[in-house]
Amino acid sequence: MLASGIMDEDAGSMQRMMECGAGAIVTKSIGVQPREGYANPTVVELEYGLLNAMGLPNPGIELYGEEIKKLRTTNVPIIGSIYAADADEFVSLAEKMQRFDVNALELNVSCPHAKQYGLEVGCDPVLVQEIVTSVKQNVSIPVFVKVSPNIMNLVQIVQAAEKATADAIVAINTVKAMKIDLETKHPVLANKTGGYSGKAIKPIGVRCVYDIAQAVDIPIIGVGGITTGEDAIEYFMAGASAVQIGSAVYYRGPDVFKSVCEEIKTWMRNHGYTTIKELIGAAFR
Amino acid sequence: MNNPIITPLLASTIEATDIKTITFQYPGDVIPGQFFMVWIPGVDEIPMSVSQITKSVKGITFRNIGDATRALYQLKKGDKIGIRGPYGNGFTLTGKRLLFVGGGTGIAMLAPVVEQARKKKLPSTVIMGVKTKDQLFFEDRFRQTGATVLISTDDGSLGYKGFASDLAKEIMQKERVDAVYTCGPERMMSSLLSFCKTLPFQASLERYMKCAIGICGQCCVGNGLRVCLDGPIFDGNTLKKVEDFGVYRRDASGRKILF
Repeated sequence: MLASGIMDEDAGSMQRMMECGAGAIVTKSIGVQPREGYANPTVVELEYGLLNAMGLPNPGIELYGEEIKKLRTTNVPIIGSIYAADADEFVSLAEKMQRFDVNALELNVSCPHAKQYGLEVGCDPVLVQEIVTSVKQNVSIPVFVKVSPNIMNLVQIVQAAEKATADAIVAINTVKAMKIDLETKHPVLANKTGGYSGKAIKPIGVRCVYDIAQAVDIPIIGVGGITTGEDAIEYFMAGASAVQIGSAVYYRGPDVFKSVCEEIKTWMRNHGYTTIKELIGAAFR
Repeated sequence: MNNPIITPLLASTIEATDIKTITFQYPGDVIPGQFFMVWIPGVDEIPMSVSQITKSVKGITFRNIGDATRALYQLKKGDKIGIRGPYGNGFTLTGKRLLFVGGGTGIAMLAPVVEQARKKKLPSTVIMGVKTKDQLFFEDRFRQTGATVLISTDDGSLGYKGFASDLAKEIMQKERVDAVYTCGPERMMSSLLSFCKTLPFQASLERYMKCAIGICGQCCVGNGLRVCLDGPIFDGNTLKKVEDFGVYRRDASGRKILF
């Protein structure tokens, strides 16, 4: 599936990702009010990945609803990603997303570069449990919780989410990072720090998914640096039941979804597997 | 690597009221119609179409209109900017008798493609549309290519009184034109497209951009067409299917802003 924040500004771009083979679409993270995000530079390419600090730009839930409605003629599942600072706001966004007929929700409690939001919420197990509990009480669609690798209490956070009856964990969000330009001595990103994604963070994601799989019984959606079918298989072996792709849309173009699916099939055929189920958690020893 | 390269300005030249060209060292190839992301450290990073192409030096031309261009306008020779790119597809010249229609600062990025047409010995007509004569720039540069140069001003202070697209319509009725190339206000370009009917047409689009490498989705038009990567030059057949064209753009938050 398409990871949040990539090619999901409007209905047209999400439509194109569906046509390129994405099995599901996660929307960009939407808040209550419109938000412009940070000034540019918001994205910079580094040796082994991409560094970004978009700053959660979005038109607000009401206007974004119009984009989602345009997509409801297709049967590709849409997962509405939402961000908020507290449980009440999360509930109000979740109810609206459900009214727009999304198939599931992804709670962003892991964005590493937005004050008051994301990671600042997602590092507190009490708050995470309260948010997930409230959202679950008020909507009937599945609720996924997207977690950050930038915390020491990852296991506590995912257990809090499971206790609050979250339906799945999405791991990981980007890794907090920075790039300084030597000539000007300026951090390149306008926000100074940002989130690192792409190939470089795959081992971090695989480790997180593996640790989470040992700690909870709910399904895990793996994300972080998946660029090829073999990357996806590694995540399956670590315990993921499904995967998301973001930065690889840059590295391999929008057709990456079809390519990765083909590569997974080929690998499975060559190694005598018939279902992905056989691979999930295969690395547990 | 899509990472800004720091380079000093070689020159900063006033072209007209509030319009400047800055040049910098860039030894790589650039196709007319492509753009750079120009970083003014501590201020902003903006997409700017290339207006000057020589082997080792490239230039951009802009109007002092927002925070980023105000900062760029004040930079002097030797001051440093960051450059990444070039990005986008660039123009593809087809046909023999070409019509170029530029509006406002959109005129600037047409200069390299008109110069390319001259190298290919293609007879060209250039329409330069501005609000008023004080805003006119690059007239001599276009005349030096041997192109027929026509000027339109909204207020009639010089040349044809009216929009460049209306002047273009008159030209297309009178003379043989094989293809039309345009950059300028989008409503002007969309009326031009409606006058062109089946005539080959290419327009350079401008959208708020963030990544410029085709992943963030900020600049998408129509069915996920990325202005930064699939454009900024789109042909008429594509644009006829883009509901945004000439109607709306999106601001940094993704809200639609009508033209």
